[in-house]
Amino acid sequence: MTAKRGSVRHAVRLACPPDAVWALVGAPERVAEWFPGIASCTVDGDQRVVMTGSGLPMPERLLTVDPTLRRFQYRITAPMFVEHLSTIDVHDLGDGTCLAVYSVDVDPAPLALVIGGAARAGLEGLAGLLGLETAPVATATPR
Amino acid sequence: MGRKILLVTTDQQRYDTLGCNGGLLSRTPVVDRLAAEGIRFERAHPQSVVCMPSRSTILTGQHPSTHGVWMNGVPLPTDAPSVAEELHRAGYRTSLIGKAHFEPFLDPFFRFGENSLAQTGTEPPGGRHRGFEHLELATHGVLGPLHYARWMMAEHPEALGGFYPAIDGSLQVNAAGGGDTDAPQVKVNPIDRDLYHTDWVADRTMAWLDSLGADEDWFCWMSFPDPHHPWDPPESEVGRVDWREVPLPAGYPEDRAEREAILDAKPRHWRLWYDGTLVSNYEAPADWVPATLTADQVREVNARNAVECELIDEALGRVLDRIAERGWADDLDVVFTTDHGELQGDFGLLFKGPYHVDALMRIPLVWRPAPSAAAVPAVVSRPVGLVDLAPTFCAIAGIGAPGWMQGGSLPVDDLDAGARGFERVLTEWDSELFGIDVHLRTLMRDHWVCSAYRPGTSHDGTEGELYDLDDDPRQQVNRWDDPAAAAVKADLLSDLWDHQPPTRSPRLPLEAPV
Repeated sequence: MTAKRGSVRHAVRLACPPDAVWALVGAPERVAEWFPGIASCTVDGDQRVVMTGSGLPMPERLLTVDPTLRRFQYRITAPMFVEHLSTIDVHDLGDGTCLAVYSVDVDPAPLALVIGGAARAGLEGLAGLLGLETAPVATATPR
Repeated sequence: MGRKILLVTTDQQRYDTLGCNGGLLSRTPVVDRLAAEGIRFERAHPQSVVCMPSRSTILTGQHPSTHGVWMNGVPLPTDAPSVAEELHRAGYRTSLIGKAHFEPFLDPFFRFGENSLAQTGTEPPGGRHRGFEHLELATHGVLGPLHYARWMMAEHPEALGGFYPAIDGSLQVNAAGGGDTDAPQVKVNPIDRDLYHTDWVADRTMAWLDSLGADEDWFCWMSFPDPHHPWDPPESEVGRVDWREVPLPAGYPEDRAEREAILDAKPRHWRLWYDGTLVSNYEAPADWVPATLTADQVREVNARNAVECELIDEALGRVLDRIAERGWADDLDVVFTTDHGELQGDFGLLFKGPYHVDALMRIPLVWRPAPSAAAVPAVVSRPVGLVDLAPTFCAIAGIGAPGWMQGGSLPVDDLDAGARGFERVLTEWDSELFGIDVHLRTLMRDHWVCSAYRPGTSHDGTEGELYDLDDDPRQQVNRWDDPAAAAVKADLLSDLWDHQPPTRSPRLPLEAPV
C-alpha cells in the first residue's frame, strides 16, 4: 500500500528582514512575480485563480493572511485535489535574516510531490526576486 | 565527412526479447541483422533500472550518483554535461526524437523545458537543449504536453480514447486491467498503426534526416517509448502473437509455493511488494497486488510486449532504408539499446523496482559500427554499461572523451574488453517515497551479481543478494548468507565499495513523482 496523503516541506534562509519576504508572500496578487510557472492570477476576496504555465487554471481559497504571524495559507480547490493545504511561514531569525518555510499537504499523495516541487522553486523565486543569492533549499523527506 | 550516429533506444525492454539474444517470441530481423554485422553485447547493464536516472547516464556518461538524478522525478540540471553538446561542438547536427525524460512529466506549471517546448515548436530557445538542436518528444500515450500528444489531439482526437490511461484519477500509476485476461496496464487500442507512437517516432526521425544536407554529420537519438507499459499496441497488430500460445517465461515459477519460497529467500521488500503491503516506488501501480498475477496474464503481457518489439524493429527498418536512400549507409553507426528491463512475469512480478536481477539489469545492446570502419563482427561477453555509450559516441566522432565521462568506449570484442579493463558494472537504486526508503548498490562482475542494501524502511543495512550466474542464471537462489560463498562475497563487496562513483553534492531534490 502507498500513502493516500502526502506532505512535503521546504525551507530556505534568506538574508533579508522578514518583512521584505512577507511583502511578497502576503500579497496574494503578487504570486506570479515569484512562483515559477504561474503565468498570471486573479484575486477576488478569498478566491484566487492562478493560471499555470501549461494553461491550466487552478482555483484556490485563501485561508490565512496573517501579517503578525507572517503566515499565508491556501487550499487548491481544483477537482483533481481531494484535499490540499499549503502554508508559507516567514520566521524572523532576529539577525536581519529570516526563514521561509513552505509546507504542502495533499490528497492524493502524488500531487504533494508536484506542488511541493513547485513550492521549492517558489522559495528560490522569492530569493531571486529579492536579489538574494540562492542557497540550497532544505527539504524534508516526503511523508 | 565523418561517421553518422543513430542511437536507438527503447524503453523497458528485456534482453531476451530480441531474436539475436535467443528470444523466440518477437521477430526482430532488423536488429538481428545489425547484430550479425556488428557487435552484440551479452552482458550490458544499466546504471539504474528506472527511466530518468538511466537516460541521464546515457546522455552524461556518468553514474546516477554523479549526475545526481537518483530517481524518477529528479530533473537532470539543464547545465549537466551532455554528449550531444560535445558532438554539436564537433560539428554534428543533433536531434532527439521520441522519449527524452530527463525532466519530470507531471508538470502543470511547465517549469521544465521539455514540457513547454512542444507549445513553441521543435527548436529549443537558445538554439539547443542539452546539446540537441531539434527535439520532437513523445511518451507512452496521448496525455500531456509533448509533441506526439499535441499532434494526436489536434489531428486525431477520435483516437485518443483508445489508449490506456497510464495514470488514474488519483494520479497513481493505473492498476486497471484489460485485454482478455484483465492484466494490469493492458488495453485493446483500436488506433491505426501509422498513428501509434512507434511509427510516429520513425516518421519524425525520417523527416528530420530529410532536412539535413547530404554532407552533414549527425547524431540522432531515436527513442521509442515502447515496450514500456501500458501494453496497448494497435489492435490490428495484436494477432501477430496469440497469447494463448505463449509459453510461460522460464523465470516464472507457476507453482505458487515455489514462487513464494524464492521470494522469501530475498530481502524482505521483494515479498512485501508481492503481497501488496509495500510499494517502494511510483512506477509500480499502487493498487495492484502482484500475488494476484495469473499465468494467463503473464502470457498476455508477454504477447503484447512482443508485438510492440516487432513494431519497433519494423520502424527501425524503415529508418535504415531512408538512411540508405540518402547515401549514408556506409558511414552509419547504429547503437540499439534500452534504458532498463522489465520483470515481465519473473518471480511472479511485473514492471520494475528495486530488484537488481537480469530481468531489469540485463539489457539488449547492439553496436553496428559503420561499414566504412571495417569492424569485425563479434560477441562481447564481458560486462559493459550504458555509462560507456557517451565515450563510444565520442570515439566514433573522432573526438576525445571529456574527463567528466566515467565509462570507456565500448570494446569491439572480448580481447579488447579484457585489455581495457572491462571487468565490472555498477548499478544503484535510491528511492524515497512517502516514508518508504530503499537503497541498494550492485556489482556485476565475473559471473556474480552482488547487491548490498543500505539502511532503509525495510532493511537494516545487513541484507543483500548474491547470485552465481553460472549455477543460477535465473537468480533464484540467494547465496548472501551461504558460508560457502563468504569469501567471494567479501571480495565482491570490497570491489563494490572501492569503485563507487563520486556523489553529487548537494543532493538534487525530488520534484515530481515521475
